[in-house]
Amino acid sequence: MIETKGLRKSYRSRAGRETKVVEAVRGVDLSVKEGEIYGFLGPNGAGKTTTLRMLATLITPDGGEAVIAGADLLKNPGEVRRRIGYVAQGGSTWDESTAREELVLQARFYGIHKAEALQRATKALDAFQLTEYADRKTKTYSGGQRRRVDIALGIIHGPKVVFLDEPTTGLDPQSRAHMWVEVRRLRDEGMTVFITTHYLDEADALCDRIAIMDHGEIVTEGTVDDLKREVAGDVVTVGVNGAGTKATELLRTQEYVRKIEENDDHSLRLYVDEGAVAIPHILRVLDTAGVELKQMELHRPSLDDVFLTKTGRSLRES
Amino acid sequence: MKFLRDTWLVFSRQMQLMLRQPVWLIVGVVQPLFYLLLFAPLLKPALGVQTNAEAYKLFVPGLLVLLAMFGSLFTGFGLIAELRAGVIERSRVTPVSRLALLVGRSLRDVVSLLFQAALIVVIAVGFGLSVGLLDVLAAFALMAIISLMLSAFSYAISLKLRSEDALAPLLNTISQPLLLTAGILLPLTFAPTWLKRVADWNPFSWATDGVRALFAGDPGADSVWQAAVVVGGLTLITVVWASRAFAKGVR
Ligand SMILES: Nc1ncnc2c1ncn2[C@@H]1O[C@H](COP(=O)(O)OP(=O)(O)OP(=O)(O)O)[C@@H](O)[C@H]1O
Ligand SMILES: [Mg+2]
Repeated sequence: MIETKGLRKSYRSRAGRETKVVEAVRGVDLSVKEGEIYGFLGPNGAGKTTTLRMLATLITPDGGEAVIAGADLLKNPGEVRRRIGYVAQGGSTWDESTAREELVLQARFYGIHKAEALQRATKALDAFQLTEYADRKTKTYSGGQRRRVDIALGIIHGPKVVFLDEPTTGLDPQSRAHMWVEVRRLRDEGMTVFITTHYLDEADALCDRIAIMDHGEIVTEGTVDDLKREVAGDVVTVGVNGAGTKATELLRTQEYVRKIEENDDHSLRLYVDEGAVAIPHILRVLDTAGVELKQMELHRPSLDDVFLTKTGRSLRES
Repeated sequence: MKFLRDTWLVFSRQMQLMLRQPVWLIVGVVQPLFYLLLFAPLLKPALGVQTNAEAYKLFVPGLLVLLAMFGSLFTGFGLIAELRAGVIERSRVTPVSRLALLVGRSLRDVVSLLFQAALIVVIAVGFGLSVGLLDVLAAFALMAIISLMLSAFSYAISLKLRSEDALAPLLNTISQPLLLTAGILLPLTFAPTWLKRVADWNPFSWATDGVRALFAGDPGADSVWQAAVVVGGLTLITVVWASRAFAKGVR
C-alpha cells in the first residue's frame, strides 16, 4: 500500500550568519501492507513528521521515490491526494467553525456533493462521538474532542491510507484508549493506518508492524514480537539476598547469558536466549555457590529494550 | 469548472465565517463615518468650497480608495492565522484547486469592501452628496479591482513571510507612501511639482483621480479610462504573480 525507496529531505536553516543543513530524513525505505496499522516510533526530531509530510504531498522530497495506494508520489501527487488522508501533528481546526461545518467543507473539497457530504459528516460525528458538540464552535472543545475532529476530517472522504501524526499526544489515558479503539475501527473498515508515536506501549498495543526511526534513518523494522525476540530471547530478573556482586561475577561467565545488568534495586537483569533453558542453570549456579535466592522472574523484553539495543539510548531519556 | 466550484466553496465558507463576526462591519463602517462627520467639515476651507455636499464630492472618492486599499492590503494577517491553525495545510492535502483557495478568499474581501463602500455612499448622500447611480457603479467596479489586486498581493506576501511580525512593518512601509502620494485625503492640486511627478508613479493616485471624475459626473473624462487601464493592468499582473506565488507556497 505504501512503498518508498531512498526518501530524503534536508532543511536549510539560518542561525545568525551561518546556514546549517539539517538532514531530517536520510534515505527511508518502507513497505506497508494493505490493511495494517503501521507504527512509526522515534524520539523528538527523528524525522517522523518530515517523512509523513513528504508522503502526504505537502513537501517535495530531495530524492527517492514512493508509490502510495498505487499512485506515484512524484509523478502524480494529485492522485495520491485523492487516495490518502492526513492528520497533522499540530491539529487543523478553525476556532470559529463548528465540527459539522468543517467536515462538510472538507468532504466537498474532495468533490463530494452537498447532500452526501452532509450525510457523511453526520456519520463521522456519530462514529467519533462528537454529535453532542457538533454544532458548537471548535474553540469550546477539549483537547481530546479536537483531536477526534482532526481525525474525522482526515477520513471523511474514505481514503485507502490514512496518516496520523501523533494522534494521542497530550490526551489523558482514557482518551488515549478511546483513540486506540477508533484507530482499530478504521483498520477494520479496510483502511491502512500509518501512525507515528512516542509511546512504546501504544506501538506495542496498536501496531501490527513498526519501524523505529532515529536521526532521519530507520534503525529497525518488523512486527513488535519479532523485534523483541531479535533483541535477546528473554529477560530473567534475579533477586538475591545481599550477594549481588558475587552473583554477577558468577553468572557473567555462563555462556547462555548474553548480557547482565544490575537494576537500581540491586536485582540482576539477565538477557538470555531462552528463558526456560536458562533458569535451571541459573538456579544450579547460585545454589552451588551458596547464594540465597529471593525472587526470580522471566519476561519478554519490552520495546524500550529494543530501542536501547538499536540506538544505544533509552527512548525515555532522548 | 472545478476551479469555479472550488472558488465558490471557499468563498461561501469565508463569507459565512465573516458574517458571524459583526466586528468587521462595525470597524469597517464606523471609521469611515468618523472621517465623513469629523474630517470632511474641516476640509471646506482647504478645498475652497462652501457646503459639506461639495466637500463630499471631492472627499468621498478619496475615502473610498483609502478603504479599498486598507481593507484589502491587510487581509494577509487572517491567512497567517489560518496557516498557524493548520487549516491551510489541511486544505492542501485535498485535491481542491490551489488557485481557488486564493481567489475565494480575495472575492470575500471584494464583497466586504463593496458593502462598506455602498454604506458610506448612502450615508454621504444622506448628508447632501449628489452623484449619479451609473457613476457610482463604475467607481465601485474600479474599487473591486483594486481590492482584488491588493488582497491577492497580501495573501501571496503573507504566505512567503509566514509571520505577522514581518508582515506588519512591510505592509506599513508599502502603504504609507502610496497613501500619501495618492491624493486621497486632499487632491494634489496644491502639491509642489516634484510631488506631482512622484504621484504619477502611484497607480492609486490615478485611481483616485478617476473616481473623483466619476463623482463629479464626468465619466467621459480622460482620467476615468486612464484609471481603468492603470488599475486593471496592474491587477492582472499582480493576480498572476500572486497566484503563482500562492500555488508555489501551497503546492
Ligand atoms: N521547516 C523546517 N526547517 C528547518 N528544520 C526543520 C524543519 N522542519 C523540521 N526540521 C528539522 O528536521 C528534523 C526532523 O523533524 P521532524 O519534525 O520530522 O521530527 P519528528 O520525528 O516528527 O519529531 P517530533 O516527535 O518532535 O514530532 C528536526 O531536527 C527538525 O528540527
Ligand atoms: Mg513530529
